[in-house]
Amino acid sequence: MGAILKRELSSYFNSAIAYVVMAVYFFFSGLFFYSYCFEGNTSSLAGVYGNMFTIILFVIPIITMKTFAEEKRQKTDQALLTSPASLTEIVLGKFLGAFILYAICCCIFLIYAVVISFFVAPDWATIICTFIGILLLGASLIAINVFISVLTESMIIAAIAGMGVGLVISVMNYFINMVTIEWIEFILDKINFLDYYSNFTYGILNITDIVFFLSVTGLFLFFTVRALEKKRWS
Amino acid sequence: MVEVKNLSKFYGDIRAVDDISFTVETGEVLGFLGPNGAGKSTTMNMITGYISSTSGTVTIDGCEILDDPKKTKQKIGYLPEIPPLYVDMTVRKYLEFMFDLKKVKLPKKEHIEEVMRLVRISEQSERIIKNLSKGFRQRVGFAQALLGNPPVLILDEPTVGLDPKQIIEIRKLIKSLGKKHTVIFSSHVLSEISATCDRIIVISNGKIVADAKTDELSTSVSGEQKLALQIEGVSANIISAIKKIPAVTRVSKTFDMSENTAKYMVEYEKGADIRKEVFNAMSRIDCPILDMQSGNETLEDMFLKLTSSVQSGTVVGKRGNN
Repeated sequence: MGAILKRELSSYFNSAIAYVVMAVYFFFSGLFFYSYCFEGNTSSLAGVYGNMFTIILFVIPIITMKTFAEEKRQKTDQALLTSPASLTEIVLGKFLGAFILYAICCCIFLIYAVVISFFVAPDWATIICTFIGILLLGASLIAINVFISVLTESMIIAAIAGMGVGLVISVMNYFINMVTIEWIEFILDKINFLDYYSNFTYGILNITDIVFFLSVTGLFLFFTVRALEKKRWS
Repeated sequence: MVEVKNLSKFYGDIRAVDDISFTVETGEVLGFLGPNGAGKSTTMNMITGYISSTSGTVTIDGCEILDDPKKTKQKIGYLPEIPPLYVDMTVRKYLEFMFDLKKVKLPKKEHIEEVMRLVRISEQSERIIKNLSKGFRQRVGFAQALLGNPPVLILDEPTVGLDPKQIIEIRKLIKSLGKKHTVIFSSHVLSEISATCDRIIVISNGKIVADAKTDELSTSVSGEQKLALQIEGVSANIISAIKKIPAVTRVSKTFDMSENTAKYMVEYEKGADIRKEVFNAMSRIDCPILDMQSGNETLEDMFLKLTSSVQSGTVVGKRGNN
């Protein structure tokens, strides 16, 4: 796993991907930080985090699009799958690589908190809580997008499909309002990412929310392993 | 040692590989020969565990690939048809990555240096793979397969895209590796197989159509041996004189060299040696032999015969009796 993780990180930082993703992430978070905290004259980062939700949905498919799609296209998956590394190791290595890049992006919020601390004592509890939330949200979305990447050989398809799924997640509230059949509404309500994420931004550390994101992550990583396995048997 | 038993792979209704069995001993170089799409790569992918078989087993040094994939895969060095290279890395970085990925327990730096020296890419070690030519990429792929000195080497068309000098080098390398390793390598270049392999398996339409030692193969397939002659003299006399030799089955004039000289092809029964008799017969009628070549069927002839016979439905084993 270590070898794959190292290789993933070096491929992100040796290509433009890491820098483009970080630039976009920092630009929008800076923009929201400025407009909410400076213009809005508040020390709460809740508004910034709320808006970052959409940006994250679009940035993550860019990070993960090449994880498996590109391997298959370049036939390098043959090296991985014929090596003594197990499928779980391969998937975890790729997942962690993407997650670390994402976590580096998220560290910008800690800098904003430090900036706030020059003006007023920031609410560290809320900030840490939200930071955990944003990492958990990222982990679950990365797992979903890694799974999408394993299904296709094209990075473009992986990225667009990932963004499509992201859009559906972001407008889940509309769906919930639209649907009149009760049990569908109930299910949609239970998988509404925004609900679980918002709790973190208010500074509420809820076991339910943590378990939700961790189980989505685990489930889709498991799917990814199965999809890789299935490809060998087909 | 590699043992393949009743290996099959179906893609839906298509039989890519159909009930293949063979064993390769340690220190043997096995050539895997077949036209495009015969199932060579599929078989190799199954041996290395890249894809699973529909039925049948692959055993490597007593470990079965499906039972204990980790241990088994550690014993194999695999060079696929398209070398699995991360083109954004330098040669050294890539080999270091593969070294870690394969969990090799040798001293890292020395081992990588040694492998690079062996395939002669030491000078390219700091170059990015993207910028390397096809020949060098192939060698990097080769180096990757050699990492960790695996007892079994599986090479899928290792010399494709190399220049003649490189091909000779790679062949030498395979031959020298064959002393210590078990090597299976595929090719559709026949001269290459005959130059490097101890044993040849010919595969066509997913089936093994021949399995023999390299030097035995050509005689075992054809029922007859051939003699190519160049003789000066009157054709009619020459042909009738040769026909009197008991073992001869057929004589034909193949080419008129000049007014008085021609090339002849004599086919005779397997196991017989008619060279002396031909010489004596010719000297009796005073027709000097200018050139004589005993030609077994070439590997090319044999290959075409074998691979086309499957399509027409005949079984090779019985061909010899025809």
